[in-house]
Amino acid sequence: MTEAGELGWWGVLFAIFAGAIRVSTPYLLVSLGETITEKSGRTNLGLEGTLVLGAMCAFATSVITGSPWLGVLAAGVAGASLGLLHALICNLPRVNDIAVGIALFLLGVGLAFYFGKPFIEPRATMLTGISLGFWSDHPAIRSGLEVNPLFFLGLLLAIFLQWSLINTKWGLYLRMAGESEDAARAVGRSVQSVRTYATVFGGFISGLGGASLSLFYPGNWNEGLSSGQGLMAIALVIFARWNPVRCFYASLLFGGASAIGPALQSVGINQGYYLINAAPYVFTLGLLIYSSSASYRLAGAPSELSLSR
Amino acid sequence: MLDLRSQEWLEPFLLSVGALIVALLLFGAFMMLQGIPPLELYSALYIGSFGTRISIENSLTLAAPILLAALCTLIAARVGLLVMGGEGAIVLGGLGAVLVGVALPLSSPLLGSLLCLLAGALFGGLWIAMAGGLKRVRGVNETISTLLLNYIAIAILNHLISGPIRDFSQTLKAQSWSIPSYFMMPNIPGWSVHWGILIGILVCVLLHVLLRHTTFGFSMDVVGGNNRAAQMAGLPITSIVVISCFLGGAAAGLAGAIEVVAVHGAASESLVVGFGYTGILVAFLARQKPLAVIFFALLMGGIAASGGLLQRRFDVPYAATAVLQGMIFLCVLASSALSGRILPERKSK
Amino acid sequence: MISRRNVLTGSAGLLLAGGSIFSDRVLAQGKKTTTVGFLYAATRNDYGFNQSFAVAARRIAQLPNMKLIEQERVPETAQAERAMESMIQIDGANVIVGTSFGYWPFILNLAKKYPDVLFVHGGALWKDGDPKNAIGFRGYMEEPHYLCGIAAGMMTKTGKIGFIGSKPLFFIFNNCNGFTLGARSVKPNATCQVVITGDWDNPVKEAETVNALVDQGVDVIVANVDSPKVAIETAERRGILSCGYHTDLSALAPKGFLTGAEWNWSKAGEFIESWRNGKPYPNLQRGGFSNNMVTLSAFGKSVPKEVQDAVLKAREGFVNDSFKLYKGPLKDNQGNEVLAAGREISNSDNAFKVNVKFLVEGAIGSTGLK
Repeated sequence: MTEAGELGWWGVLFAIFAGAIRVSTPYLLVSLGETITEKSGRTNLGLEGTLVLGAMCAFATSVITGSPWLGVLAAGVAGASLGLLHALICNLPRVNDIAVGIALFLLGVGLAFYFGKPFIEPRATMLTGISLGFWSDHPAIRSGLEVNPLFFLGLLLAIFLQWSLINTKWGLYLRMAGESEDAARAVGRSVQSVRTYATVFGGFISGLGGASLSLFYPGNWNEGLSSGQGLMAIALVIFARWNPVRCFYASLLFGGASAIGPALQSVGINQGYYLINAAPYVFTLGLLIYSSSASYRLAGAPSELSLSR
Repeated sequence: MLDLRSQEWLEPFLLSVGALIVALLLFGAFMMLQGIPPLELYSALYIGSFGTRISIENSLTLAAPILLAALCTLIAARVGLLVMGGEGAIVLGGLGAVLVGVALPLSSPLLGSLLCLLAGALFGGLWIAMAGGLKRVRGVNETISTLLLNYIAIAILNHLISGPIRDFSQTLKAQSWSIPSYFMMPNIPGWSVHWGILIGILVCVLLHVLLRHTTFGFSMDVVGGNNRAAQMAGLPITSIVVISCFLGGAAAGLAGAIEVVAVHGAASESLVVGFGYTGILVAFLARQKPLAVIFFALLMGGIAASGGLLQRRFDVPYAATAVLQGMIFLCVLASSALSGRILPERKSK
Repeated sequence: MISRRNVLTGSAGLLLAGGSIFSDRVLAQGKKTTTVGFLYAATRNDYGFNQSFAVAARRIAQLPNMKLIEQERVPETAQAERAMESMIQIDGANVIVGTSFGYWPFILNLAKKYPDVLFVHGGALWKDGDPKNAIGFRGYMEEPHYLCGIAAGMMTKTGKIGFIGSKPLFFIFNNCNGFTLGARSVKPNATCQVVITGDWDNPVKEAETVNALVDQGVDVIVANVDSPKVAIETAERRGILSCGYHTDLSALAPKGFLTGAEWNWSKAGEFIESWRNGKPYPNLQRGGFSNNMVTLSAFGKSVPKEVQDAVLKAREGFVNDSFKLYKGPLKDNQGNEVLAAGREISNSDNAFKVNVKFLVEGAIGSTGLK
């Protein structure tokens, strides 16, 4: 702490902490969306495409209308549309939901890059952060704690979804469709329509994750915007055991892991940055190896889910 | 007997081709909305893919790695696994080829090239076999683990080429040491196309034989069809799964090794250009049939090749080809719903 | 975007009306039109490296009898060679401009095969024995970085500036040295924190890096990545100052933009003019301010007059070559002497610059180069 403005090693910890909040939002929203979809017994592996298309639609809408919240809505609608497409194709007989996901991944990214090209240059109105650093007069801490409003939305959503999965009729239908098609049919629920709603809803939430990328952090639209966050979020769902609140913790952990590299380099630790930057991936794989088992099904895993079989 | 077989491949083939036509029509409509006349679009697609000699060369060069990467997903799918790790296996294969090529004290060009290719196959094979092993031993979902392994492979590549195996005399690009120039694979005489496409076709034919005419191929299908049946038959499921993953990874690793031995001579980020992901698409298009992979890899190579001409003629974003690929993929998947309904059921059994 | 697009589709329609695939070539030669094909590794409107070339491409297209065709996202693989060949054979391109470094080996292959076509590459890798119809050119960007450094040094309050690099390559480190030397020429105890992200294009990591640097008290940054847009916008949002790279980025940070280092790739237009008129042209062209290979972005609004004057004065030193970037006494950041007092390195001493494996005193970080 030699000069004003310097946070030193505390700065590294602070950067990782603030980075966890900054980076985690898309992971959180996509993993929540995927949790709902998977709870119904379907896997939508195309959420990377949803994320990217959502990011583009959000940015473009904000550029055109000047309203970032309309952009957020547009991102959700774009995500829901891809979700609907996924659901409709998967409702056909003999169609593999995972493969449809990969196809939508390709198509979503393709459409986003196709229509997003004229929007790489313009600047959009960003979402305003919610200031949590008011207690400090340190400028770095104040501006570092401008928190993404969608982060709070994700947090509230996680708690709400957790509660409604257990306590509401819709939560019950959802879990039933995922646990046993026969049971769902027995109570007179169409499994396909439950899954359609779940996939559309999941797509909507995941699309919001895209809006977080393009309208808050890093707050830009270009073709390298998502470096696989949508894919990683699907891995997080397994790690979080299909539990919305655990998705929140897992996303924070993951965001923090992504912030380690830049934080260490900012104080001059420059060795092996490629490996340090791969930390989130190695970390997730390690956790999956640690927490999976070949002999029994994971607790919380919907039994109709092809991904967990 | 012969008829039955023809029905077995004819229907999936017809379905895929039908889906392809629907996708092309959809794409035509999509581009028409942007003001591009369909006939000009299709003519450009044709000229850019197979309409001129240079386009054919372009398509063949692109098809080679796509074809081998497709086998990575295809072979694992035969034992019921959905592997998405072609991209990572390509990277590892390229690294393997470089490491062996640099270390080999050999002066025989042919043997040198061959050993580089084998090393690439070995590296790629072990990489994906790891995912197969994790699936069987720890129950780790192979789709997710292979996706993660892709990112890890790219990080390993970048780490190695930015320090430990970096050729510091290459100033504008971080790349590895180069293999000796006499290990480099020549082009097919008379063509600006390297041997990769022929190697790929050969591998497909060998795989076809393995899957159809050997006990191992049969046991793969049993494992892929029904784990319990395989267990009851006393098949060593874990070994079969791991070996299948190894073979799939080896094919993709070979693709990476060919990129090194035939094009770059060294490992660099140029190995990471998305062939692995296009390969997944081809594996699904081919409906797990190795011989059909040849056809669809050529087709995807052609579409990728024509992307450049689409950009230049119509000033559309390069992502037009990704849109087309996505449409084809969706149409092919949706067409699965019709399987068993196109050709009349054979009543005489 | 829209208007240019219409123009291009119009000409494309004309091409197709020609029917036979070789007719455009004949047409081109008959009217003595030169068709220039640009290949980019990424999107050309990226507010970065590719845009710096696209700007030049548009200037070149305005020369008489010049037609521009472009292809984006061409990877540095055999695909690059095929794409160029396809431009030559199908579109009748007479000049190929490859913008990405990794295209060079493929350009060499084709230059031998097509002696009538001119190949221009933004990399200055041409050496004796290479085909005469190939040109390599590239600016010394460390010179404008030095000037950015002066502005940064005069404007920093904390005495800490930040350099964000993409890949561990010599020219990135030269830029970093220029930036640091410039800052320390006006503020001798200033330090420059160096972060290498490892990727040409990774917006989240770049934004994260800017944030981490701000948390360490850095208040001016420059980002040597493919598209510095995210870094500059993040810096603006966190209320610190920034310098540009590649092309004019002043619009991105109305408050915090100081100035920026820009390429002048439109030099290629001069080479093409000489080539098609049968006049001599260089095969290898490097340079800085003295031969107009690099430029400086216009100053941002927040830059006071005295800072502008200091920067422009230093610029004169490069223009008339009276000032040398690397001159003794110079120490690296490990304390080793690089140049003894009185030793000077010529600004055009490329061999020295290619071998820069050190960071100058005051830069915090390491190159990892051997």
